[in-house]
Amino acid sequence: MTSPESPAAAPPRVALFVTCLVDLYRPGVGFAAIKLLEDAGCIVEVPEAQVCCGQPAYNSGDRADTTAIARQVIAAFEGYDYVVAPSGSCGGMIRDHYPALFAAEPDWQVRAGAVAARTYELTSFLVDVLKVDTLAGVACDAKATYHDSCSGLRELGVKTQPRRLLESVAGLELVEMQTPETCCGFGGTFCIKYGEVSTDIVSRKTADIAATGAGLLLAGDMGCLLNMAGRLQREGSAVQVRHVAEVLAGMADGPAIGEASLGEADKGAAP
Amino acid sequence: MSMQVTAQAFEANARKALQDPNLRKAMDIIGGPMASRRVETARELPEFDALRDEGVKIKNHVLQHIDLYLEKFEQQVTARGGKVHWCRTPREARETILALCRSRNAKTVTKGKSMVTEEIGLNAFLEAQGIQPIETDLGEYIIQLAHEPPSHIIGPALHKTREQVAELFEEHHPDYELPQSPGVKAGPRSSDPQALVTEARAVLRERYFQADVGITGANFLIAETGATVIVTNEGNGDLTQSLPKMHIAVSSIEKVIPNLEDLSTILRILARSATGQEMSCYTTLSCGPKRPGDKDGPEEFHVVLLDNGRSEMLGTALEPLMRCIRCGACMNNCPVYRSVGGHAYGWVYPGPIGAALDPHMIGLETARHLPNASTFCGKCEEVCPMRIPLPDIMRHWREQAHAQQITPPLQRWGIEAWAFAAKRPWLYRLGSRIAIAALHMLGRKRGGRFARLPLAAGWTDGRDLPAPQAAETFMAQYRRRRRGGGR
Repeated sequence: MTSPESPAAAPPRVALFVTCLVDLYRPGVGFAAIKLLEDAGCIVEVPEAQVCCGQPAYNSGDRADTTAIARQVIAAFEGYDYVVAPSGSCGGMIRDHYPALFAAEPDWQVRAGAVAARTYELTSFLVDVLKVDTLAGVACDAKATYHDSCSGLRELGVKTQPRRLLESVAGLELVEMQTPETCCGFGGTFCIKYGEVSTDIVSRKTADIAATGAGLLLAGDMGCLLNMAGRLQREGSAVQVRHVAEVLAGMADGPAIGEASLGEADKGAAP
Repeated sequence: MSMQVTAQAFEANARKALQDPNLRKAMDIIGGPMASRRVETARELPEFDALRDEGVKIKNHVLQHIDLYLEKFEQQVTARGGKVHWCRTPREARETILALCRSRNAKTVTKGKSMVTEEIGLNAFLEAQGIQPIETDLGEYIIQLAHEPPSHIIGPALHKTREQVAELFEEHHPDYELPQSPGVKAGPRSSDPQALVTEARAVLRERYFQADVGITGANFLIAETGATVIVTNEGNGDLTQSLPKMHIAVSSIEKVIPNLEDLSTILRILARSATGQEMSCYTTLSCGPKRPGDKDGPEEFHVVLLDNGRSEMLGTALEPLMRCIRCGACMNNCPVYRSVGGHAYGWVYPGPIGAALDPHMIGLETARHLPNASTFCGKCEEVCPMRIPLPDIMRHWREQAHAQQITPPLQRWGIEAWAFAAKRPWLYRLGSRIAIAALHMLGRKRGGRFARLPLAAGWTDGRDLPAPQAAETFMAQYRRRRRGGGR
């Protein structure tokens, strides 16, 4: 079983695509992802040359810069068994959109396709690839609701996987919104360029969240989370907002998104 | 002379819409019944998705041979005594229709619902020529009274509350006798939908008999039989096209499909996608003028076939837009449309289909906001029965706008400056390190979030901005831990 010829026996080498929002805004999510992957038996590496998947440029119509950034990502990530991102949006960019960027460059298209085929959103990688069924010893005493981020849901089919993993979190009760699949209004640069429209969309979302009676809002994408947290807090809501990986990794003790860190306790993000 | 364009003012239009309490109320139907009914009826038909694939195949096939099918359609119309008028531009279409109306000395024309006649600005044109158009679709009739364009391609007056409709009727139907108990003085007009429909029906009934010409659109053109097909729920189209002496069907080239078999396939997904009905109440095929021995029907049958730039889309990234069957599912499910309504888009076709189509029809410079005002949530593509890649086409326009420098300089430079750093990880890390440390420190003093932040007003006007969790980025923390020999 442990013969070196059998790839199934060797622990998979996973490259973590941190995503720029996790890098800047919520480092704890990156460490939670590493913990989840390592607990599931992976060897996790974080390639140095990563910055962003290129979506801000891609969705702004800047094709040249998008392609340059994509080349950088492909080169940094092509040596691994898998690429995993704690985001359906960035995962979808690499998996769904990278190959199409290089329609006119066959060599790069092959490389893009190879990386794309091995790229997964975190919870779907755990469930669909690693066949993780339950997480042992994780607890979170809360009534939670889960928002399905658009790209993860529609590009990568992330829907049941996070819910399945949340089932094994002791003390966690999951209540569904009426419209968990409806966009929160973030939309990348959209939320700045059309701030009032974006605010109106997220206000419908927060009303839906409030109606569940949940005290904790979870999702798998930092963009949506920052948007919903920002609106909830503007409305004076007490609902806490976290990335689903924090709960699954048992690292949901520190301040939630948009909450004040307590003195040096914020170093808790980097134990 | 085409419909007035306000797409360039999308931001102002949207702001106005967001502050309009009547619109807020009326638009509740979008997030609610319009979306949920589609889901229900689609679920009841196990082969729904297979039928969508079949529909896509039919349309793609037609688009590859559109010249042949259009010629066949014309032959069949001609063989049955009708006439096809090929019109390249809105002006040609208007002039053709005017000449036909004049040939009948028309004073009034009744109209069935038609987005193509909106596209060519027909009503205003006919009025200016002394011919009175009368819309007979209830929604179109309402907005004609209000002097407004449609706000939705299948529910033109969807932006109006029933109270607003009652007010319009109060103003425009002075002679209508409200059903009252004898001796009771007429009270305020009820906004009960049933009463309003009864009233509109009574008022419109007379108009059908007065009309000299009936103008309808066409949902489909059947090449095999030369039939034009309309799909309605009110039966108004049938009266419009069969009572007057002349019937003019105004349509556009991409509506042609090969045969009746294909029609039945597409009809099975059209109403389900549009209103969530299994079928619309009336599906009416018009095959030429009245024949000897026929008891009714028009004496003349004309088809005005508009191109208006459509043939230029063939073979380009825009070609999938020609599969559109105008069901409205994309707007019924769009979070942006739900918030701002159809008028904000500022031209005939609103919502995601408009965001993808309008830049081609009215110019990218004018319509540049429309493909940008999308969150790319992908819901429109998910529900489109014809699987049109609407977000991809919107992105195509964003790329065109960037390349042609139509995107405002500040936005362009912003993204290019960001990309400059993103292509240089060392520079990006240096910059982000400083920025995050500063933001974190400031944020901690403010309770972990910002209520106001310069340069981020678009965000902070309506939301707090969460402060970064830590003073160091993930990459910096990770490197420090690795160096420290931890893990």
